[in-house]
Amino acid sequence: MNVPDDLQYTETHEWLRMEGETATVGITDHAQAELTDIVYVELPKVGDLVAPRQAVAVVESVKAASDIYSPIGGTIVEVNAALESNPALVNTDPYGEGWLFRLRIEAGEQVELLKEPAQYREQISGSGKYEV
Amino acid sequence: MVEFGGWHMPVQYSGIIDEHHAVRNAVGVFDISHMGQFVVRGPKAKEWLNLLLTNNVERLEVGASQYTFLLNENGGVIDDLIVYRCADEEYLLVVNAAKTEEDFAWMQARLESGAEFENRSTDFAGLAVQGPKSVKLYDTFFGGRHSRPTRNEIKRIECDLTTLLISSTGYTGEDGFELFFPARDAAKVWNVILEKGAEFGIKPCGLGARDTLRLEMCYPLNGSDLSPNHTPLEAGLSIFVDLQKERFVGRDTLVKQRAEGVKRRLVPFRMKDKSPPPRPHYPLFKDDKQIAEIASGTLSPTLNIGIGMAYVPTEFARINEEIDVDIRGRRFPAVIEKKPLHRKS
Repeated sequence: MNVPDDLQYTETHEWLRMEGETATVGITDHAQAELTDIVYVELPKVGDLVAPRQAVAVVESVKAASDIYSPIGGTIVEVNAALESNPALVNTDPYGEGWLFRLRIEAGEQVELLKEPAQYREQISGSGKYEV
Repeated sequence: MVEFGGWHMPVQYSGIIDEHHAVRNAVGVFDISHMGQFVVRGPKAKEWLNLLLTNNVERLEVGASQYTFLLNENGGVIDDLIVYRCADEEYLLVVNAAKTEEDFAWMQARLESGAEFENRSTDFAGLAVQGPKSVKLYDTFFGGRHSRPTRNEIKRIECDLTTLLISSTGYTGEDGFELFFPARDAAKVWNVILEKGAEFGIKPCGLGARDTLRLEMCYPLNGSDLSPNHTPLEAGLSIFVDLQKERFVGRDTLVKQRAEGVKRRLVPFRMKDKSPPPRPHYPLFKDDKQIAEIASGTLSPTLNIGIGMAYVPTEFARINEEIDVDIRGRRFPAVIEKKPLHRKS
């Protein structure tokens, strides 16, 4: 299972990449493999203010709809428009072209501690596995 | 893997959509060993079955099968099943896994003399091989030594591998066959099917594809589209009910419904535009009034749009009637269509 070293993770299988004040968020390879065939993605709106761990998006496969939780709080500044016509990008490139949304952290905002790659790898290896 | 009717089963192997397309375009194999099998024998077997089932067993010739329902006293569906007449006084019933124990207890409690009734579910494994290439696979599997059973025919074939009961039945709308054989040979037969099917592009298929395939055909699923609170007439399945039979459990309600008309009908619908997949229990609206909830729903891989079925009040149960599906608080337009939603070209 692919778990890149340059990202942070949540126990609910989201990943986060910080670049200055902006964070990109998506779901992990483990998550897309569990869901299989993603057929629809519902994304937040640009300008939405979200709280840490708030359910802000929905990823749907044939068999189930899964809530996606924002790893951190902030303002949505961009969403991945390509997923409207090609939701399968989340399966084929979950850390690249399958990104879901970007947020801007508010200045002075405490960023919640997320999982490091090693901790997430341990989680998905079977000890403390969560249902997606 | 998920729990299903007391069994541990795969939702998918390679992916629901991949498996679905394999069945529509090539061939797929489903493990249906979870289903229940009852054997009925004796001089009164036919009469007894006719008292409990809706279709007419009298019409069943040796080597033929029929789809039928086991009803409760109110005409509601306990289970849908297939009856195969294996010999003059011998019948095989194949029932849903989740209902095996309940069906058996219901029937056992109403057993009449002259009929022997056995639950043989644990003795049987089953596989469903479905898809346009299943015809060629059949010939490869038997080396051309046996002809395919005709539609609804069941044959008993002894081969080196095992002894099979094989019928041209299925739950996908494609050509195909279902095999029942001793449970101890299950892994062996599964492996041989996959090996012989490799040249045709065979794929193992799970519960997910089983559901998308049958829903495109508008075949009902017990527990979603069929229930003890709905009659086969409401489900649009009156062709499997013989009201000319003088007596069977549930007949009174059906006779009344036939006379007065049903108040709701199980109709298929298709989403008009791209939307999240419609799913069971999502509300259906006509203008601003909720009129129903979805019984079965999914994304159709073949049609590439959301589809489903629901029990809709008769006044709205019309082809081309426009309705809305409420998906997590947003309304998406849909339209009622004719069964089946998918037709082979």
